Amino acid sequence: MGHTITEKILMAHTNLKDIAPGQLINAKVDIALGNDITAPIAIREFRAAGGKKVFDRDKVALVLDHFTPNKDINSAQQCKTVREFAVEQGITHFYEGGQVGVEHALLPEKGIVVPGDLVVGADSHTCTYGALGAFATGVGSTDLAAAMLTGELWFKVPQTIKFVVYGKLNRWVSGKDLILHIIGRIGVDGALYQAMEFTGETISALPMADRLSMANMAIEAGAKNGIFAVDAVTVEYLKGRAQKPYKIYVSDTNAVYADIIEIDAGKLEPQVAFPHLPSNVRGISRAGEIKIDQSLIGSCTNGRIEDLRIAAQILKNRKAAPHVRLIVVPATPLIYRQAMAEGLLDIFMDAQAVISPPSCGACLGGHLGILAEGERSVATTNRNFVGRMGHPKSEVYLASPAVAAASAVLGRLASPDEL
Amino acid sequence: MIFKGKVWTFGDNIDTDAIIPARYLNTSDPAELAKHCMEDADADFMKKMKPGDIILGGENFGCGSSREHAPIAIKAAGVSCVVAKSFARIFFRNAFNMGLPIFESKDLADAVDEGKEIVIDSVRGVITLAGSDRTFPISPIPPFMEQLLADGGLMKHIAKKK
Repeated sequence: MGHTITEKILMAHTNLKDIAPGQLINAKVDIALGNDITAPIAIREFRAAGGKKVFDRDKVALVLDHFTPNKDINSAQQCKTVREFAVEQGITHFYEGGQVGVEHALLPEKGIVVPGDLVVGADSHTCTYGALGAFATGVGSTDLAAAMLTGELWFKVPQTIKFVVYGKLNRWVSGKDLILHIIGRIGVDGALYQAMEFTGETISALPMADRLSMANMAIEAGAKNGIFAVDAVTVEYLKGRAQKPYKIYVSDTNAVYADIIEIDAGKLEPQVAFPHLPSNVRGISRAGEIKIDQSLIGSCTNGRIEDLRIAAQILKNRKAAPHVRLIVVPATPLIYRQAMAEGLLDIFMDAQAVISPPSCGACLGGHLGILAEGERSVATTNRNFVGRMGHPKSEVYLASPAVAAASAVLGRLASPDEL
Repeated sequence: MIFKGKVWTFGDNIDTDAIIPARYLNTSDPAELAKHCMEDADADFMKKMKPGDIILGGENFGCGSSREHAPIAIKAAGVSCVVAKSFARIFFRNAFNMGLPIFESKDLADAVDEGKEIVIDSVRGVITLAGSDRTFPISPIPPFMEQLLADGGLMKHIAKKK
């Protein structure tokens, strides 16, 4: 019986000769990631278990990106806990202050994750790295503690659903729209405990930024991981970045899939997920008149330079509607600098945007863009649960940077074609 | 183990933002987190519930963020266990790793009303409605995960193996 990429990567991190979906295995971890919210609990558990040294200081990444710049005293304490641990342990990949970026944008950008890696992160959007042909999955803080201590973790080998995407994407349709459409089709538990493998001609033509957006939201369909085969686009992305040699895995032609789902992407228009589930998706032409108070462009889903370029293209010589707070969050310092060098920040400021430092804050309702009761935000983020970005009676509409930019200008959910 | 308590019912897709909103994640103190348990799903939950009560969810309970603060808040609130039709995978592993008992039952949620008492016999693998002889099977737990629970969570399990 053949194997999928996901099965092959998991197997390569064990001593087993064969593995099958459903099997519980112990596997070696290449990178274990934590942030200022999840790492403090992991550090507490690590110490309580008598932990003195992490298994490998080069294989732990600690990124203070959630409630930073420190939003209050408690948040500052959490960051302090992680910082002291990182210094004590000599953690190689420790990022804060002017070096910090949103973790799932930062790690690929720096080449810390490479194809064939097994990555666990105490952050559900760790699945982002599947875009690079790595097995990457979100875990909890205790898992992170165990991984930091032993370099291994238990996994249930997932079944894989294969998505075959074909057709040429229409103007303004991106990887974000594709993944929203897929989640809308299969539901928020449509891939529960499973791997989502993205294939097909549309995927082959998709730039890395779009693949990262897609893999990022695999968790929103309940998936364990999302994964893309390594191709010329991946290899090009890794050039000059990959911090170590990497291994490429390919799904066997006789690999067994739980399901194969075909998607005709040529017919898609930009998509929007309405409150309060990422699966509550419809095409922008069916959005109706939804007035917005805020437009947030950023996050681990869509805060990359490619996303900012699209937003700038739409916002150039235009202004956000007077009642709309437009917030742009470059996801990493490098992206910030690139946006500055390319003149994008001028375009955003001319559009009366607030430019935020790299942070996860607004996306999860932490700080830097909280919604009041009854307010609505269009956001290029990944979750629109009740209270996600602020008051329990506020609303979040998930969309691409193109739709978020157009909506900011028109003051309501809108397609760039309406400008 | 036997768990006996009143059930508080919640629907499908109860996400971890509803279990413990991110605005409270500037601490990991269990007692602090417990004060806000289930707040965005039912703002009065902590006023109504009593220690030993049981949370009864629908499909995909605990979806969303990986925050272990969610099972920590539930456990520290005094909820004895969670029963749901299905669990989101990170919540599922977090619960076993940190020692919050959870049980999967496809039919219970549709057969019991809020406020009713249930009895869970985790050894026999059945749930009974108090004052009735109706029983509901619990989906079996793999032996490894039973061991995790018996050892008191993942870190104690690792310590024992050493």
